Amino acid sequence: MASKKGSDKYSVLLPTYNERDNLPLIVWLLVRAFQQSGHDFEIIVIDDGSPDGTLEVAQQLENIYGKDKIVLRPRAKKLGLGTAYIHGMKHATGNFVIIMDADLSHHPKFIPEFISKQQERDYDVVSGTRYRGSGGVYGWDLKRKLISRGANYLTQILLRPGASDLTGSFRLYKKAVLEKLVESCVSKGYVFQMEMIVRARQLGFTIGEVPITFVDRVYGESKLGGNEVISFAKGLLYLFATT
Amino acid sequence: MTKLLQWLLGVGLLLGTWACLVWDLVPAQLSPQWKEVVWVAPMYLLMSFACYSLATIGYRVATFNDCEDAAKELQQEIEEARRDLAKKGLKLS
Repeated sequence: MASKKGSDKYSVLLPTYNERDNLPLIVWLLVRAFQQSGHDFEIIVIDDGSPDGTLEVAQQLENIYGKDKIVLRPRAKKLGLGTAYIHGMKHATGNFVIIMDADLSHHPKFIPEFISKQQERDYDVVSGTRYRGSGGVYGWDLKRKLISRGANYLTQILLRPGASDLTGSFRLYKKAVLEKLVESCVSKGYVFQMEMIVRARQLGFTIGEVPITFVDRVYGESKLGGNEVISFAKGLLYLFATT
Repeated sequence: MTKLLQWLLGVGLLLGTWACLVWDLVPAQLSPQWKEVVWVAPMYLLMSFACYSLATIGYRVATFNDCEDAAKELQQEIEEARRDLAKKGLKLS
């Protein structure tokens, strides 16, 4: 059942924390991508009380692009990603929701591809993958790649999730599907992203994939420490034992 | 059934069959040569799986796409975006 282009609206959820520099850029790229593709959209910025003035920049963007396109839903302090999605979705007027990172590692140019993919077979979820086809990463050294592929291999063996990139967070969901998934997930951080896909499969939702490029500009700040590895392992075992 | 249970079931069945054959718990008359084969089979499978895993991961790391072009394109777009936003009145202190 293909959707009519005229009646679909895409709500982009952007949880932000200290993204003063990147927010205007990601918004500019999003606006351009949607204007070029002609789809109806809105960008919902969920700022968790960033001390660097992200909200102030968001307000300027609201003035430039209009309150119907830039929707601000700030929160007082840094709370979880799951609750950010719930909070953002409460006021989303689209029937589709796109989640992505606000730090420019995900490029809005892939959104039209996500949309076409979704329409191909009326997928409930479309997931961006770094591991298949023309997907890839910029800015990762050998060690990082090894850890990434090793971890992904482990999740494929243990969870057989039916999606090649489980920890990715660049995805398109039908709004009702995202609502259902967020309420069934209990994990935090990127294990949360893994759990979303695993639960989606459990609940019988269909998942399509689109190769994406991930431009990592913050790797220098060492995002992958011992803590991350441990919490990943714990999350994987939790999902292995409960799904 | 959870993945854990699936694995336990699968491994249980395999090891159970192996134990039955190797310790003559079922009246299957295996010749000594076959017994030898079955006896080492689990270890052999484990080693093969380990080798396969290493090879697969190695291959995937080696063929992991490096997106130089994406990074360059992004840099150019960032500059274009900054100019356009400044024109539209964005003030970054």
